[in-house]
Amino acid sequence: MATHQFDGIIVGAGGAGLMAALQASKTAKIAVLSKLYPTRSHTGAAQGGIGAALGNSEEDNWEWHMFDTVKGGDYLVDQDAAEIMCQEAVEAVYELEHMGLPFNRNADGTIAQRPFGGHTRDHGKAPVRRSCYAADRTGHMILQTLYQQCIKQGVTFFNEYHVIDLLTNNGAACGVVAVEIATGEIHTFHSKGVMFATGGSGRMFKITSNALTLTGDGMAVLYRKGLPLEDMEFFQFHPTGIYKMGILITEAARGEGGILRNGSGERFMERYAPTLKDLAPRDMVSRAIHQELRAGKGVNGKDYVHLDLTHLPAKTIHEKLPDITDFVETYMGLDPTKDLIPIQPTAHYAMGGIPTNSNAEVVIDEKNTPMPGLYAAGECACVSVHGANRLGTNSLVDIVVFGRRGGKAMAQFVQKAALQPLPADPEAPARARIDKLFNSTGTEVVARIREELQAEMMDKASVYRIEADLKKMLEIIEHLKKKYESVRLIDHGKKFNMELLEAFELEHLLQLAQVTVTAALARKESRGAHSRDDYPKRDDANFLKHSLAYPEGSGVRLSYKPVSITRFQPQERKY
Amino acid sequence: MDVKFKILRFDPDKDKKPHWESYQVEMEPTDRVLDGLELIKGRVDGTLGLRRSCAHGVCGSDAMLINGKNLLACKVLVKSLPQPITIEPMRGFNVLRDLIVDMEPFFAKYRAVKPYLIEKDERPEHKERLQSPADREKFEDTTKCILCGACTTSCPSFWANPDYVGPAAIVQAHRFIFDSRDQGKEERVEVLDGRDGVWRCRTVFNCVEACPKGINVTKAIGEVKQALSKGELDPPK
Ligand SMILES: Cc1cc2nc3c(=O)[nH]c(=O)nc-3n(C[C@H](O)[C@H](O)[C@H](O)COP(=O)(O)OP(=O)(O)OC[C@H]3O[C@@H](n4cnc5c(N)ncnc54)[C@H](O)[C@@H]3O)c2cc1C
Ligand code: SF4
Ligand code: FES
Repeated sequence: MATHQFDGIIVGAGGAGLMAALQASKTAKIAVLSKLYPTRSHTGAAQGGIGAALGNSEEDNWEWHMFDTVKGGDYLVDQDAAEIMCQEAVEAVYELEHMGLPFNRNADGTIAQRPFGGHTRDHGKAPVRRSCYAADRTGHMILQTLYQQCIKQGVTFFNEYHVIDLLTNNGAACGVVAVEIATGEIHTFHSKGVMFATGGSGRMFKITSNALTLTGDGMAVLYRKGLPLEDMEFFQFHPTGIYKMGILITEAARGEGGILRNGSGERFMERYAPTLKDLAPRDMVSRAIHQELRAGKGVNGKDYVHLDLTHLPAKTIHEKLPDITDFVETYMGLDPTKDLIPIQPTAHYAMGGIPTNSNAEVVIDEKNTPMPGLYAAGECACVSVHGANRLGTNSLVDIVVFGRRGGKAMAQFVQKAALQPLPADPEAPARARIDKLFNSTGTEVVARIREELQAEMMDKASVYRIEADLKKMLEIIEHLKKKYESVRLIDHGKKFNMELLEAFELEHLLQLAQVTVTAALARKESRGAHSRDDYPKRDDANFLKHSLAYPEGSGVRLSYKPVSITRFQPQERKY
Repeated sequence: MDVKFKILRFDPDKDKKPHWESYQVEMEPTDRVLDGLELIKGRVDGTLGLRRSCAHGVCGSDAMLINGKNLLACKVLVKSLPQPITIEPMRGFNVLRDLIVDMEPFFAKYRAVKPYLIEKDERPEHKERLQSPADREKFEDTTKCILCGACTTSCPSFWANPDYVGPAAIVQAHRFIFDSRDQGKEERVEVLDGRDGVWRCRTVFNCVEACPKGINVTKAIGEVKQALSKGELDPPK
């Protein structure tokens, strides 16, 4: 057992965690813990861009950005938070540039911007160029740049530490417990402030753009402690994943002029969104693809459609979408300048997560009461700026803006807060979890349970949902959770025991899937990414509210809280 | 199709030295080598140790020797390889377990070249610094690096002298030296021009072949050498 003491601990070294670390470590003693080496974080996979109303190429302003965010989120967005985000996005992008981020440039030397789904001029009149980008590697550049700045600033890292428990005392956060992956040793980190920035949970679905390590650990660790999760029924499916693999083809491909075509070559988005067409928000495009497939209009009777870039100049494809070109060549053996690309919707982004206010403080009830010392930012958090459906480029804005706000808030908090004593035997629950897995005499295997969960979730709880399927899915999860109780590990070693870590990750996925499906079953309406075949309309009278899910026995208890509506009253969502 | 793998295994708690193990798994021809390793780990032998995350060649976790070449396991399809597919850890780093190597010396060299923008002037307020597309293009290639280590561990100069700063660190230095916004070029000269700096490079080109991001590593090293020879990195007079 080893105990470390810091003013603040940040769990996660993606964009949100690193941004928070840069802020907080200016004045406080901070450590960043990450199960991956920081530059391996999935922020590095983000392709298309970061949205900010710089107005470099044409007129734009933050209020239009805010409108698009609220409408894109099907009015479930907390508008006070969205206002902050869209205003601060502009300075955030300048700050990234100042840190050295190599944005693409216009001829006049300013940051280049391009169109993206759902981003419009003057409240929906036409697409606008708002996405600031660095080729199709914007996330890679953000992650690298923030990590570079952390090196410059001498931020303390504990790399390859896998956090499995949150410590609390007297109603406040006071640290975390982690497994050092290289040795298998358990470490206690004792601190006044704790921030979770652990990213998404896309691995609960079979087809996903998310890394193998995106298993919702932060969300699940807090949920296991009895804290609520917000709006977990909303999971975004990105329309253009590489067929069968789920690897993302950025919306920027359509921003640059790419077109979706069904099996008969028709540009079907013209029928679904006459104004924005292929650049309609993701939930709509994903549903349109599913409807085409249901109507038998897939390609060659299979469950995919085509993304067509062949009419774009080869130079545009090679210069603005080089990584996409590489993916398509490597994984499909196709040349995007000549061949149509088979695509299908892929599980992409968790709109829901750990409820926070706009200072990234975790709030733990319907009245938005913060838990002292506890913070969350990035994809694991739900501020909520994405509502029922996130707009493209808004997650990178979210991680930078709220990572920074959270880092600042935590730094201020630790200046005046007292260090809570550690609870008695802080490592006991973590050790019990590990011992149970090592001592199991069962016969179940982690990988098989995971595969079954992923396949069933894809089938029953993805783009379209219906009561009977969701109920069946809850039974399946119940059954898989039972199986998990008799999982047996083959690896009993301590050093780099990846099987042990994957067992924790699976347990997290099972819990989050249960929350997702329970909340989806209760939401008897269709809003944003949550589409019910049996309740196809949005129902503001009954469901213009955020869900909160708490663990209760082996099940989930749901409760709700109101949405903050300031500038924009809910309207019908047409594009 | 059935795919045969031969993997060099090493468990520091049990083995004195590494040994080969053979496996066979059922896969699609279009599956990645990484899918095969995951299948082996998930279904056949849960003790197999490897790092991986993104599974599509962007995070740099899973560089390893595949049929004798440094490749990312997630960026090569099984149908493109003769069988049995042999898998070994990258050469030149200590093996911690199976395919997992100690990357810390690699990152230490990365940090040594000051891989961050050095700013002397005040930042402009409420706007970006300007940079022309042509200036931006000068370091485009080296911004792509994902720190996977494939170049450095395929370099004979590095094998011969583990203190050599290595291609990856030079690529990172290049990324800033040729950025018109950077104002600290002279601060990187000591490491680059020193005994274990760029002059250890013998232009063998292994690094270019190894780089999964298609970076022309040797060209970048050449440009750094030239800048050093011409005194372009000396402090401004
Ligand atoms: C392919 C792809 C493309 C995208 N493109 C865009 C885009 O163009 N624009 C946009 O706005 N958004 C995009 N997104 C979304 C956006 O990239 C992510 O939502 C965002 O980067 C998440 O950042 P994060 O910091 O919250 O988490 P991540 O970057 O995922 O980082 C999570 C961190 O938490 C750590 N961690 C997790 N669990 C543990 C644990 N148990 N113990 C210790 N550490 C842990 C990990 O090691 C990692 O460091 C894209 C997403 C994907 C998948
Ligand atoms: S230059 Fe290429 S091979 Fe070398 S570390 Fe970077 S990405 Fe890997
Ligand atoms: S797993 Fe990320 S590069 Fe291969």
